[in-house]
Amino acid sequence: MIAEFGLVALWLAAALAGLQLLAGFLAARDGGSATAEGLALLVRPAAVVQALLCIASFLTLIYLFAVTDLSVKLVATSSHSDKPMIFKIAGAWGQHEGSMLLWVTVMAASGGLIALIERRLPERTMLATLAAQAFVGLGFYAFLLFSSNPFERLNPAPAEGAGLNPLLQDIGLAFHPPTLYFGYVGLSVAFSFVVGALLTRQVTPEFARVMRPWVLGAWIFLTIGITAGSYWAYYELGWGGWWFWDPVENASLMPWLAATALLHSASVLAARDALRAWTVMLGVVAFSMSMVGTFLVRSGILTSVHAFAVDPERGSFILALLTLYIGGALVLFALRANTVAEGERFSIMSREGALVINNVALSAILGIVLLGTLYPLLTEAFDVRVSVGPPYFNPVGAIFFLPMLAVLAVGPLLRWRKDSFARIKLPVAIVGAVFVAVLVLVLALADIGILPLLGLALSVAVAIASFQPMMGRSLRRLPLAVWGMVIAHFGVAVALFGMASDTAFQQERLVAANVGDVVEVGSWEARLDAVTPVSGPNWTAIEARMKLSYDGGAEREARPQARSFWSPPQETSEVALLTRWNGQLYVAIGNQAQDGRWQLRLWWKPFVTFIWYGGLLIALGGVLALIGRVATDVRRRVAAGKIAQRKAEEAS
Amino acid sequence: MNTTIKPKHQRLVLLVVAVIAMIGATLLAIVALRDQASYFYLPSEIGAAETGRDIRLGGMVEHGSIVTQEDGITIHFIVGDGEARQPVSFTGIAPALFVEGSGVVAEGSMAADGTFMASNLLAKHDENYMPRELAELDTDEVRAQIEATLQ
Repeated sequence: MIAEFGLVALWLAAALAGLQLLAGFLAARDGGSATAEGLALLVRPAAVVQALLCIASFLTLIYLFAVTDLSVKLVATSSHSDKPMIFKIAGAWGQHEGSMLLWVTVMAASGGLIALIERRLPERTMLATLAAQAFVGLGFYAFLLFSSNPFERLNPAPAEGAGLNPLLQDIGLAFHPPTLYFGYVGLSVAFSFVVGALLTRQVTPEFARVMRPWVLGAWIFLTIGITAGSYWAYYELGWGGWWFWDPVENASLMPWLAATALLHSASVLAARDALRAWTVMLGVVAFSMSMVGTFLVRSGILTSVHAFAVDPERGSFILALLTLYIGGALVLFALRANTVAEGERFSIMSREGALVINNVALSAILGIVLLGTLYPLLTEAFDVRVSVGPPYFNPVGAIFFLPMLAVLAVGPLLRWRKDSFARIKLPVAIVGAVFVAVLVLVLALADIGILPLLGLALSVAVAIASFQPMMGRSLRRLPLAVWGMVIAHFGVAVALFGMASDTAFQQERLVAANVGDVVEVGSWEARLDAVTPVSGPNWTAIEARMKLSYDGGAEREARPQARSFWSPPQETSEVALLTRWNGQLYVAIGNQAQDGRWQLRLWWKPFVTFIWYGGLLIALGGVLALIGRVATDVRRRVAAGKIAQRKAEEAS
Repeated sequence: MNTTIKPKHQRLVLLVVAVIAMIGATLLAIVALRDQASYFYLPSEIGAAETGRDIRLGGMVEHGSIVTQEDGITIHFIVGDGEARQPVSFTGIAPALFVEGSGVVAEGSMAADGTFMASNLLAKHDENYMPRELAELDTDEVRAQIEATLQ
């Protein structure tokens, strides 16, 4: 009965989305008439109840997984009664159907939230926005109910479940996909605002201010998702790399690039009423990229180290939705773009000018990543099979990324509208001098590739430049949003430093060692003390016991494992990581050679951890900016409430 | 003359800058893709591959062909597709499910002596994951052929 309850709730939610779409659309179109007024009253409650129904449905699924109800097909095919409780619960969204239900639930919850609290925009625009939100939602309801029903029963129920892919039985990964989904869904809300604004011709700074927290929120989740995904691939896949330019990684990077551009252009629109059409266009692109991302991941159309399911039918469904949404939005944009009036003008030497360069560069990088990701599909049509990797993405992306960083260093110093170079000469000269100094220093001391070289020099220069906007200002009165910008920009520098340092200076040793042998890598000495079998709740493993010391210092222990899971059967490599302030030692154990020696692979990776610290700093910057924006809005509402109250008192 | 451009012109200038940048990026991407994409070959086609260029080789690991070298970390083996047999050398930790008789995709390049120097091996590492090229091989009759030749 419980599973049926979840399904019924989902159907009801879908019906309410239909109501929300119709009522919202009609009310926005014929604003003013008596029927329209009546319909308009239905829209916000429909969105709120829909959200509650979806949440109930999702909680039902979690319950089914928690009690391992094997009469439900999804539970039987992807869970197992022996699994630890946390993975049983995480298993609810660890596969396709559950993750799509999560997607729909988050989307409905966001729709409910804006219906409940958002009152800044003209009501007609809000109605159109909620109708658009329901339109996007309906596609996903159809997808769930017709092609991916998570509550399908199995008769007879099997005695035991098939288990969850062991690669996914990892606490980080349990929360990784939801994080990305929150990001994708946030962009869908931004998209709904864009459609609402276009339909009712309200592309205004107020629209940008209302949309901005959603873009910011989506961007924070995407940043965390990408950072966590990179770290997961780093320690779980056992190859020592942190970015593979894998299609699934690109699927999360592309919406992030678009969201980053949108975030910056929305700021221009909110502060200066410029870049109107451009912001609207980016809103469409950002949501399109999250749909493309979902399509690439869910259809399994591309080869990927992360691709866990291949299903052409679902791929076609998402492709149809993608075409419908993007095509529809582009047609709407084409019809309405000329009615979006020209915004305020600005000189190229201004904050807006710098942000335009940022936007164009980000869009170019987005295009390069998109083409590289889709190229294997295009050549497949001509029966030529290729794969595209770092030799393409790194240099071609850098052509736009490195100049963009130079602009990032200067842009925040410029004033809005019009500025002169003479005013910011000194700080720019300082940053330029630092850049050249680091470049010369590294060139003199080490022989490294051109990209890591430029990366190192730029990262140090940008790190200094990121704090320059705070100079001469009272730190206590500095708005939270500015703190956010400074920290996020500093995070970019920190992450870049980690990437460049690891690429330039990492050292690798690959050996076959007997027990008792000592292996040296970088300043580390590693001794293999023993290799023993160990076991866990649903796996057995070969574990190496090693003692390691850095530069003759205190001994530390490392225990890398080669694990074998039995339900379903699979092998994984559990690497051992020894972290120091200046980097990480990465140890993996491989197979045993015929003569009894064990394969060991050790990497010393200087400052590699900065990559993820940088990612977290970027996200933290976003969080600060978001808190700052929301706090301002709350203060404004409180003030407006007080004024209204005073007026009411005066009137009485 | 005023330094700020007229509104109508400014929008046009922005549009032109954006379009030029996007076209530039696209052209750059296309040229680089033609140079840098790594092509996939079966052992019977690999004669056409340029020496030293990054490519991928896919096929079945021949029974009894995996030989571990003195250093304990280099293996030599033969990949076949039923028509041709290609010697491969790989230094590193092979994936656990890399076994004789199973499918593999090797990333690397051809050496002058005709050996394929693999830098990475992608084996089928669970029930659901398989390199796309091999998934196709399976559906092909090639696989049946291979098994017939290998036994």
